[in-house]
Amino acid sequence: MGEIPDADGIGTVGNPVCGDLMTIYIKVKDNRLEDIKFKTFGCGAAIATSSMITEMARGKTLEEAMKITRKDVAENLDGLPPIKMHCSNLAADGLHKAIEDYLEKKGKK
Amino acid sequence: MRTIHLDYGASKPLRPEVVEAMTPYFVQKHGNPSSLYTLGLEAREALEKSKETVAYLIGAKKEELIFTSGGTESNNLAIKGVAYRNRTRGDRIITSVIEHMSVINTCKYVGRQGFKVTFLPVDKYGIVNVEPLRKEIDAKTILVSVMYANGEIGTVQPIREISEIVHSNNAYFHVDAVAAAGQIPIDVNKDNIDLLSLSSNDLYGPKGVGALYIREGTKIEPTLHGGGQERGLRSGTENMAGIVGFAKAAEIAEKEIENEGCQLEKLRDKLITEVLPTIKESYLNGHPTMRLPNNANIRFSYIEGESLILSLDAEGISVSSGSACTSKTLEPSHVLLAIGLAHEEAHGSLAFTLGRENVEEDINHVISVLPGIVRRLRMISPLTPKNLQEG
Repeated sequence: MGEIPDADGIGTVGNPVCGDLMTIYIKVKDNRLEDIKFKTFGCGAAIATSSMITEMARGKTLEEAMKITRKDVAENLDGLPPIKMHCSNLAADGLHKAIEDYLEKKGKK
Repeated sequence: MRTIHLDYGASKPLRPEVVEAMTPYFVQKHGNPSSLYTLGLEAREALEKSKETVAYLIGAKKEELIFTSGGTESNNLAIKGVAYRNRTRGDRIITSVIEHMSVINTCKYVGRQGFKVTFLPVDKYGIVNVEPLRKEIDAKTILVSVMYANGEIGTVQPIREISEIVHSNNAYFHVDAVAAAGQIPIDVNKDNIDLLSLSSNDLYGPKGVGALYIREGTKIEPTLHGGGQERGLRSGTENMAGIVGFAKAAEIAEKEIENEGCQLEKLRDKLITEVLPTIKESYLNGHPTMRLPNNANIRFSYIEGESLILSLDAEGISVSSGSACTSKTLEPSHVLLAIGLAHEEAHGSLAFTLGRENVEEDINHVISVLPGIVRRLRMISPLTPKNLQEG
């Protein structure tokens, strides 16, 4: 957990009003996620999904990482209570947004 | 690891004396108070004696008290009962935005049945001020329902001032005293209250029992129809073991109220005065002085209540959060929103409700682990400003 100061891509999802806000930072090398960290304001489930996705995505190619779904994250945590599936299970969205951010920045270079 | 319960507002353990008083009523003294033979008569006697004891706690007569299944039923009966019985006198009911859900949702329900319901606002401390009430109350108002004290933020209401306005407008005054009873002295005559709800568990009695005080001459309609027990106002065979346990709990509460209040107040103030200066950007929710002796509700900026609860649980500490993340709605507490907190502020609040088993060591333990937990959660929160990231 924490921040990557010179991140290649950053993705923020959620809304503090709902009680969950998450930022995913990624570092990319040779099309692979060399490092991934998170910052999360949220309940236990939100922190757990953030932490889980960093473990699931580290070392994966960008294409593989884009394929990780909310369901995969929840399954790797042995399930989440139904009420948490929507609000707190933001990590996959956050990761995808960070990768999109990286690709966009790269495209501009 | 010693577990430290600081959520007495949610649940209280029964006192051993209470369990002892209840035990014979499960098997040996199983009589029905409506039966005419000895076993029944003994149950009847125990019922009447219990009523007298619980009534005494609030300065009422035993004829003015009926037993229910708890605070929720008492609040339902008071509001629906007065509304349906007094329809010809008027159709307006006034309550506040920080009531317990069993008052708020009952009022909304009677609102759907044609009554006009007004929810009074509160100030930033959670106090129902009398000015808005004075403006709203009119000749059509049949009932005003305001809680004695709020169990979540601890704020105690100016009950006597409210009561004066209510009665000068010839309306009935109902008070939900579930959180306040046993914490602060209540006298239905001095406070001039017409209906008052009590719950047994909040006095360290069994769950599933409560009472409604109904002042002599107050006209209400029953919500449960049947065999006509409890003067026809609450049918159903009396829950004798529960009632006897409730009475024992009330008897002890009455004797110990002052001592326990003092003791809890000391612990509460220690918690508040040591946490607030130690943890930057932590604030007390509710009123600084007009609050229940056992309640400290503290808000920590930039972090979320449920992660705080889970981290404290790992240290053996049970507390509850202003954020209802674990409840069915994920909505933050209506009470915290009503006192003007933003959603994210409401999410980051903790309600510490102390009880008779807490000792100074418990508070010391909380004070020793809480700053580290808050620091760690702030470090991973994207909302935390840079200057608070390390400290």
